[in-house]
Amino acid sequence: MGDYTTVFGRLNNYTKGGVELINDDAKNYVFSNMFEVASRAKPWEKVAVAKNQQYVLEAIRAEGTSEWRVTPHDEFALVVDGDLVVELLDPAKPLVDANESGSRAVKGDPQGTPMGTIHLGHGHMALLPAGRCYRMRAEQPSVVLLQTIQGPDTVEKWADICQKF
Amino acid sequence: MTTSSLALGTEPNEHGYRSFTLGGFSFERDEYFVHIEWPTGRHVAAIEPFLKALMRDVAWNFFYGTVNFDSVIGTVNHYGTVDLFAGRFNEAYRMAELDHLENFPHDEIKQTFQAILADWVNEGFDPFAAPQETGSAYGLKNGDNNSAVTRERVTAQRMVGLPNDEPLRSDASGYPVNRMFLDVDQSEPQVEVEPGYEKEVSAFNFFAYLSRSDVTWNPSVVSVCRDSLMCPTTEEFILPIIHGNDRVEWFIQLSDEIVWEVNDRETGRPRAKVTMKAGDCSAMPADIRHQGFSPKRSMLLVWENNSAELPGLIARGEAPTVPVRF
Ligand SMILES: [Fe+2]
Repeated sequence: MGDYTTVFGRLNNYTKGGVELINDDAKNYVFSNMFEVASRAKPWEKVAVAKNQQYVLEAIRAEGTSEWRVTPHDEFALVVDGDLVVELLDPAKPLVDANESGSRAVKGDPQGTPMGTIHLGHGHMALLPAGRCYRMRAEQPSVVLLQTIQGPDTVEKWADICQKF
Repeated sequence: MTTSSLALGTEPNEHGYRSFTLGGFSFERDEYFVHIEWPTGRHVAAIEPFLKALMRDVAWNFFYGTVNFDSVIGTVNHYGTVDLFAGRFNEAYRMAELDHLENFPHDEIKQTFQAILADWVNEGFDPFAAPQETGSAYGLKNGDNNSAVTRERVTAQRMVGLPNDEPLRSDASGYPVNRMFLDVDQSEPQVEVEPGYEKEVSAFNFFAYLSRSDVTWNPSVVSVCRDSLMCPTTEEFILPIIHGNDRVEWFIQLSDEIVWEVNDRETGRPRAKVTMKAGDCSAMPADIRHQGFSPKRSMLLVWENNSAELPGLIARGEAPTVPVRF
């Protein structure tokens, strides 16, 4: 008694709740579980699990090494399972217009100045700064929740991931 | 009569508490209850839940949309002015035409609510704390707790932990790990920064930051992507308000479990019960009101779209009350 265990979800160990209807449609709640989504996703697939107008939260299955990406605005990566290494690079010339939305892939290896490397563990959050490039690496399958804006690579598959009844 | 003289209230009553008026509303407290009167009715409510609701309303600057204190009393934020209402979102009061609403300048209602908190919260009672972490709200007037009731919510400009932004929490800064989060890993990320990039290469332990929160049901802004705000909060016991948002908001359950009761925003009729476990993501539509129940202190990520255009778009039917259709 009095020893509390904090329950976090994991890629291979999560329990899902759900919507119990009284007088409503389950679809109104757009209910999913980010670990279930990541467990069925391809590495680095950017699956939206929350959306509010143009803004999204993406559940990303991190596994192996990602492509280099550039973001026109700040993004924030929260590691919700596993470990992640993030490399940041200041590109030699601008690679994206600051008025754009969502990060996009950089063709090949971008030229520029290395800014630093961040080693993230469970529950850690990193800034992916506007105008900069980043690449991620995960030795074991891990899960990232990314705060960003809907972009060219955002995947929406609500009917596959959400409670419908 | 000026706002400041109104906000001071009357001389203390036999229980030691001042009474307050705001437009046609009057507020009086005794040892156990608040007594609220308006031209078409009156309401009695237990003082502890009332003060907890009032505390959130003030600290959040009336938040987004409707903050129901209970099924009768509450406020609607118009971002500059604020409605104080009785029965406005209660089907029976509406049908009997007994509901009442008055609109006030933001500063006037805020000053009055702050004055009520300052006078009615006794020494040893913290309206933000979980029930087992604070003293009693009840009884005769006994000192005050002004350091607790004047807290505003924490809002990072870009991300917590960046230079000149909201600082991390530590034992030294007065934020020990909560008794229910003693098992949460406190290690910080390893950050290797090249010279000149100190303002951009940054990371922090988000879960450790939350484990050191000394308040419940009080979202704070932790990271900002244009109008997208990550507003995590730690939850224990019952959300002291019933929130009727004027836009869609999202809940991402980061740890443990919360059960949400969801009722119609306008009438209060039950619509659904949403059980959220770690990793679950759920939208709260813009036409409902919700109240959460958290058996163990849990980490909830509330995700808001702060766009000033949204409430008008939804009210005019130009934006849907749900985030996606599929
Ligand atoms: Fe809410």
